[in-house]
Amino acid sequence: MTNVEQLATEPLFGLPLADLWFVLLFFILGMFLFLDGFDFGIGILFAIHDDDEEKAQLLAAITPFWDANEVWLVVFGGSLFAAFPVVYANLFSRYYLLMFAILAALGLRGLSPEMYEQREDERWRLWWGRAFVLGSLTAPFLLGMFMANWLVGATTIITLPGIVVGLAVVALTVVDGVAFLRLKLCGDLRDRIRMDGYHALTAYLILFVLTIGYIQLTVSALRPDLRSPVIAGLVVLTFVLAVFYAGATSRDQYGLALGATAGLVFSLMGIVASLMFPIVDPGFELTVESAAVSILPLNIMSIGAVLLLPLIFVYFGVLYSAFSGPVTADESY
Amino acid sequence: MVDPVLASRLQFAITVIVHIIFPVMSMGLAPFLIYFTWKEIRSGDAIYEQLRRFWTNIFAVSFAVGTVTGLVLEFEFGTNFAAFSTVAGELFGGPLALEGMMAFMLEATFLGVFVFGRDRVSDRLYFLSSVAVGLGTWLSAVWILIANSWMQTPRGFEMVTENGQRVVHLTDALAAYFNPRFPWMFVHMQNAAVESVALFMAGVAAYYVFRHHVWGYPIQQIDFWETTLKIALIALLITAPLQAIHGDAYARHVSETQPQKFAAMEAVWETESYVPEYIVAIPTTIDQLLNPWAKDLFGIGIPGGASWLASGGNAQATIRGLDAFSTQAPPVAIVFWAFRIMVALGFWFIVLAIWGTYRWWRGELFEDDLLHKALMGSSLLGFVTVELGWIVTEVGRQPWVIQGIMKTTDSVSPGLTGAEATFTLIGFITGYTLLLGLYIYVVARIIKSGPPPRDELDSIDRSLQTDTEVTTND
Repeated sequence: MTNVEQLATEPLFGLPLADLWFVLLFFILGMFLFLDGFDFGIGILFAIHDDDEEKAQLLAAITPFWDANEVWLVVFGGSLFAAFPVVYANLFSRYYLLMFAILAALGLRGLSPEMYEQREDERWRLWWGRAFVLGSLTAPFLLGMFMANWLVGATTIITLPGIVVGLAVVALTVVDGVAFLRLKLCGDLRDRIRMDGYHALTAYLILFVLTIGYIQLTVSALRPDLRSPVIAGLVVLTFVLAVFYAGATSRDQYGLALGATAGLVFSLMGIVASLMFPIVDPGFELTVESAAVSILPLNIMSIGAVLLLPLIFVYFGVLYSAFSGPVTADESY
Repeated sequence: MVDPVLASRLQFAITVIVHIIFPVMSMGLAPFLIYFTWKEIRSGDAIYEQLRRFWTNIFAVSFAVGTVTGLVLEFEFGTNFAAFSTVAGELFGGPLALEGMMAFMLEATFLGVFVFGRDRVSDRLYFLSSVAVGLGTWLSAVWILIANSWMQTPRGFEMVTENGQRVVHLTDALAAYFNPRFPWMFVHMQNAAVESVALFMAGVAAYYVFRHHVWGYPIQQIDFWETTLKIALIALLITAPLQAIHGDAYARHVSETQPQKFAAMEAVWETESYVPEYIVAIPTTIDQLLNPWAKDLFGIGIPGGASWLASGGNAQATIRGLDAFSTQAPPVAIVFWAFRIMVALGFWFIVLAIWGTYRWWRGELFEDDLLHKALMGSSLLGFVTVELGWIVTEVGRQPWVIQGIMKTTDSVSPGLTGAEATFTLIGFITGYTLLLGLYIYVVARIIKSGPPPRDELDSIDRSLQTDTEVTTND
């Protein structure tokens, strides 16, 4: 990089920017699934806790964070648009109704806790609590569906891998939610949710194996990839992390368990991305190279991302450290 | 089934019209919140803590609803306007991604600290988080308006054929991002946001002041509302005249860069000089009454006024008429009336600002019941004016989605069926009506319950603590 003119002709430092953006996209999606994942998981757990005080604790655990967590999805949408506009256009218009279902679920999930806290009246809270559960359950399910459809290049919305991966993502968010809650709660409730985490983890592993098996048996285009060392390694890593999660949970090592959950999320993203690469839209057989924008915008976006992503991590550091430590129900922040 | 093109356009219009309310609320509230926070920390005066807490509550609800509706907006470019996204992605996607990374992240993370962290972080970090939230909302507008203004005055690109399709290639990022329209849009929009919120604040405060001082209702903490009214009036006195000044220059810029839009704003059908500035225009035949493209108009206007405004002082200047363009005119009546009502309201706000300030100066601010009524009646008109302004901007540029490059009718997703589009359109109409109703309900509740009672606040204690520390250090 010596001058501005080169920005339009050569990629920064000769880097394979399109490939890096492909990786970055799945990283951003992973950040969203991990961070908003525990919001979803806690929303789902909301259904099995009837006690008002417990519900208040569950909400208090995520109230200062969820807005910021959800922005990762906005960044994912924007980045997909910016780096691979053709893919953004193809995917979002191909899964038209699915995209609106996702938006409706996210809308419900975002609004309901905000509304829940506005009034103390019982019926109001009952219905907004239900809306919170519904949104938290459907959002990860539909996002999993979207991911699976994208990966196998489905032309319809409701597909078998879509449903299985959707359920797997739901289970994963519950694992995530439990791990985060164990860090944020104290006392009796913290011990009781431990089993929920184990159950969800078991469900996730079963659905994970089913997905891999389905791809091995029926998706011939992806079959050879499945045996590549990277993917085989990530599959093994998933099981190692699951064992690690269980171990850390049983020893009450809350931070490590949450770390293992993050590992599980990013392993899943890694598997999806590696199965797809070098294609970025299997439905249209579009490669990363051909779908990417030209060099100048790619360079600008890369400079932007390199400067801004570290800053974003600083913001998140400030936010999470300001609200570190366990919450109690009477804490109104 | 509604035609997918029409359904997509309607759906997008609904999304934008509803969404814009929430960013206007956040952008407009941001400078007030920074000011309240600064005063609260500096003076330790409980009233500023009340002001900060009360308006932060409204900010937080607006932000949550704005996130939901904004995400829809971002996705709709892909779902409904895939053809546009494919063609213009290089120029349009970048600003959206940068908005997310640069602005929205800053706003959302520090909003968590700002709303919930008063007792958890230091005063300094707390003040910084109010600035970060404000900066985030304004930077958001920068990137969104860069994207939008590029569609109005596209620069810095070339058209190339890629995979058999003509697409936009970015060639000069600075020219594209800082295109001629951007500064006008930004200044006009930001000022409008602050002005709208000032009007809203003034209207809400006037309601309580009126009930207390005119009707004699006992209202606790009336000084909270009196202070709110004064602060809102000061903000209105600054923003209202500015809005008219750069609004005039902005309109001149439109006449230079988007002459078809300008002709629609003035309903000029044939190229003429000495064009009057019509105050009203009415179709002369009954069957033309509902036709937005009606040409036979009876107008009352100021002779040479439009020419004078368009050229910046020459009443004889020529204005190109709508017939001079090869593309069909936008629905002229909509643009014409939206523009007129916007301008009229803009002047009304100046009148309100001067009237209120004059009464204040005379020491009669809390006695003038007519002023209170006028402020109450105008409390939502700022938002109405913003909507009208966007109608002028967006309807006025039709048939183009990218001025001179791509037509709106060619921008819709090719695979979209009428059934899908109709289904989501119905969903939108119901969902967004409920959403808006819910938002109004919640904001009204916040207003009705008033500021947090003073005895629940602890800022006085905190200021005492600070004093003690200072003494100890001495």
